[in-house]
Amino acid sequence: MSDVISSSFVRRDLLAERPAPVKTTGFIGLMRTRLFNSPTNILLTILGALLLWFTIVPSVKFLMVDAVWSGQDRTACLAENAGFAVGACWPYIQAKLPQLIYGFYPEAERWRVDLTLLLAAVLLLPLLVPRLPAKGLNAGLFFAAFPVVAFFLLHGGGIKGFGLSWTAGLLQLFDESILGAGQALLSLSKTSAVAPLLWVVGSLVVLLGTAIQWLIFPLTWLRDYIQGMGRPVWADFAITAAIVGLIAFVLGGGVRTGGRALASSIGTLIGIAIVIKLMGLDHGGLPIVATNLWGGLLVTLVVSVTGIVTSLPIGIALALGRRSTIPLIRIFSIAFIEFWRGVPLITVLFFATYMLPLFLPGNFTVDGLVRALIGIALFTGAYQAENVRGGLAAIPRGQGEAAAALGLSWWKTTSLIVLPQALRHVIPNLVNSFISLFKDTSLVSIVALFDLLGSLRASFSDPKWSTPSTAFTGFAFAGIIYFIFCFGMSRYSLFVEHRLNAHRRN
Amino acid sequence: MSTEARKPPLQIALKIRRILGGKAGWNGVAVQFAFAAILGWIGYEIVSNARANLENQHIAAGFGFLRNNAGFDVNQTLISYTGSDTFLRVFVVGLLNTLVVSVVGIVFATVIGFIVALCRLSPNWLLSRVGEIYVEVIRNLPLLFQILFWYLAVLAALPNPRQSISLLGIAFLSNRGLVVPSPIGQGGLGPFLAVLALGIVASLVLRFHARRALFQEGRMIRIWPYVLGALFGLPLATMLVFGLPFTFELPQLRGFNFAGGSRIIPEFVALTVALSTYTAAFIAEIVRAGILSVHQGQMEAGSSLGLSRGATLRLIVVPQAMRVIVPPLTNQYLNLTKNSSLAVAIGYPDLVSVFAGTSLSQTGQAIEIIAMTMGVYLLISLLTSAVMSVYGWHVSRSLGA
Repeated sequence: MSDVISSSFVRRDLLAERPAPVKTTGFIGLMRTRLFNSPTNILLTILGALLLWFTIVPSVKFLMVDAVWSGQDRTACLAENAGFAVGACWPYIQAKLPQLIYGFYPEAERWRVDLTLLLAAVLLLPLLVPRLPAKGLNAGLFFAAFPVVAFFLLHGGGIKGFGLSWTAGLLQLFDESILGAGQALLSLSKTSAVAPLLWVVGSLVVLLGTAIQWLIFPLTWLRDYIQGMGRPVWADFAITAAIVGLIAFVLGGGVRTGGRALASSIGTLIGIAIVIKLMGLDHGGLPIVATNLWGGLLVTLVVSVTGIVTSLPIGIALALGRRSTIPLIRIFSIAFIEFWRGVPLITVLFFATYMLPLFLPGNFTVDGLVRALIGIALFTGAYQAENVRGGLAAIPRGQGEAAAALGLSWWKTTSLIVLPQALRHVIPNLVNSFISLFKDTSLVSIVALFDLLGSLRASFSDPKWSTPSTAFTGFAFAGIIYFIFCFGMSRYSLFVEHRLNAHRRN
Repeated sequence: MSTEARKPPLQIALKIRRILGGKAGWNGVAVQFAFAAILGWIGYEIVSNARANLENQHIAAGFGFLRNNAGFDVNQTLISYTGSDTFLRVFVVGLLNTLVVSVVGIVFATVIGFIVALCRLSPNWLLSRVGEIYVEVIRNLPLLFQILFWYLAVLAALPNPRQSISLLGIAFLSNRGLVVPSPIGQGGLGPFLAVLALGIVASLVLRFHARRALFQEGRMIRIWPYVLGALFGLPLATMLVFGLPFTFELPQLRGFNFAGGSRIIPEFVALTVALSTYTAAFIAEIVRAGILSVHQGQMEAGSSLGLSRGATLRLIVVPQAMRVIVPPLTNQYLNLTKNSSLAVAIGYPDLVSVFAGTSLSQTGQAIEIIAMTMGVYLLISLLTSAVMSVYGWHVSRSLGA
């Protein structure tokens, strides 16, 4: 026992203090571990610092220190008047700001643009915050109602009829085209070698056209009757409301469960009626502002929002078509997607500008902006299709099989089970596509539309403001705007990605 | 008496139904017929409308216009071209201009992209931040914006030729473009090229031989001195014997402009700079993702086998990273080629600019010209994707083995 005690050791004096461990956190630690820990790293740090010095300092000097902040015309921004080497010429931006935002939109009507942008912001922001409720209603308002309202706000004009007249008109157009094709076949059959066959087919087509003509006769008669009445829009609206309500009621399940569908359709229709009444669409609406007066940021936003809203349904349809087992639909979808993905956007815009008008009936002209929008929608739709397809492929087969085992039809399986999960998976990719769409909208300036970049370029040629620093100032301003939008979207996409992968983090 | 397994029934009707209508069966066939009818209707409308419209505008459809005289000049041509050449020649000139700007852009984009990726992966905090800023700024600005920025702001702000910026006294940068020395072939050019080609072939054969020896017999052969000799020594020796293969003609300032040398038009400079810096930002992200995708354990496993750091990188990390990098990298090359069509905004005479722009406005043959232009790009991208799918098949086969 005593052996143990005697052999044990008890320290009686304190150890000398050791120096504190080298600090590896904070700014000092960062410098020690990541900046100056080896000769190579010191060299690299100096290199990086030099790079920053030669880019950041001149930029700040140009944008802030040497900038001219007020003035009436170019004389304020000339070095001999200012007395120093002039940097950015901000009065030029001040003078051109209305043009850069609204283009040539009439000054008295600019409140409409402001209202539309405000409406967009009010509808979009709650959609982006995941915690807020009523996403379905919000999305419906933004993706379906807002574009229509925005069209009547920005463009102006009213409507002459409603659902019934439009349906009747569309059907009539379709029918006329069938009849025309039949007549063409019949006239061909007089000269062709396979005359009897052509004659039979032509007669059949004409017969079909005539049958359809009789079939839609009640509709067209009703339309003509309504147009003869005092207030055609409201009469048409009432009849359309009755028909739509009835269809919703019957399809929703009749007396047993149809009440919900009926209520929602009535709610939608009341909303439409309020919009028509508020904007006076039944008697001409707001004064028309032709799209060739639109310009600046307005066109950039209109093109990108329309592209976003229209490309998604096209993309979903194409993605489903590409995964379909029906041969013709699959082949068509693949060919369509690969075609649009294989050509540059600028040729698509040329196509929409020069070729599309040739494909439409001679008496039918399409607005320049709408042509560009069609091209962009098809182009972006093909890219979105590939994104959506990625999401569809990520959903396990078991989901669809389970839905089928429950007796759901293909449509219900797709719309209730597969698509919602797939779309949620690919939100980051969709947002990334939207970023490139937003950047690509600048290309419309090549086909004579004045978006932000086009207006900027047009403003360079104003002799009133031509100074050596005008171009740099303009590019700095437009660059900041583009950067804010794109960077904001990319951060949002990162945020969503992070949220979606919350279960994978450790 | 043994019972033989009966053959399964043929089920011809079922198979036909499956082929014709997919999983949806006869419903699918009906859907297809409806779809084909709609497509046919749209096609009929398009053809009849186009025919009527062309008749109204008195434009003769067809490709006959390609043999007509173009009658306009192009300010950069790789093959001889004058205003009296045909539209077909304009097409070729534009196509070559597109290809040359794409190739030059791809080379620069790859170099810048890899440098930026290395910066971003660098352990140096400041350098990685610099790389990040570069990528974020470049990626979040439209390409057209950048092209116009370089063309309208930077190049236009350069001094005129008399005060041009001298790059080491051999190249001069001014607002009229970049003037560089032009090579002039001399007597020694033929033998020089022949020996160079021979050297390249010899090095390839040597490498093939060395790999065979390594894989089949486990013998390591050091070939790099021979390769160096074949690639540099032999051409140098030929130069000594036959004289210089070419001499450079230096640009000289005469009056208000340069004489001698060859001038690269400012549109080309602006387009190349914008395309290569823009695509480089995307390439940098691809390369970084590819290198990060190789697991840390691979590096450790390599060093535990006794390989040096360089050998581990060369033999283990890079091949695996390349498998991730190559497909999206090709995609970026393709994007760059397609984006070069933005040349039309600054008037660089590429395919879209001279053919779908000037030729279209002169002839009015919208359908033929746009179809040809789209066809060229479509062909390029389909060829690339065919090559890439072969590559993907190759990679998956090598992984499966």
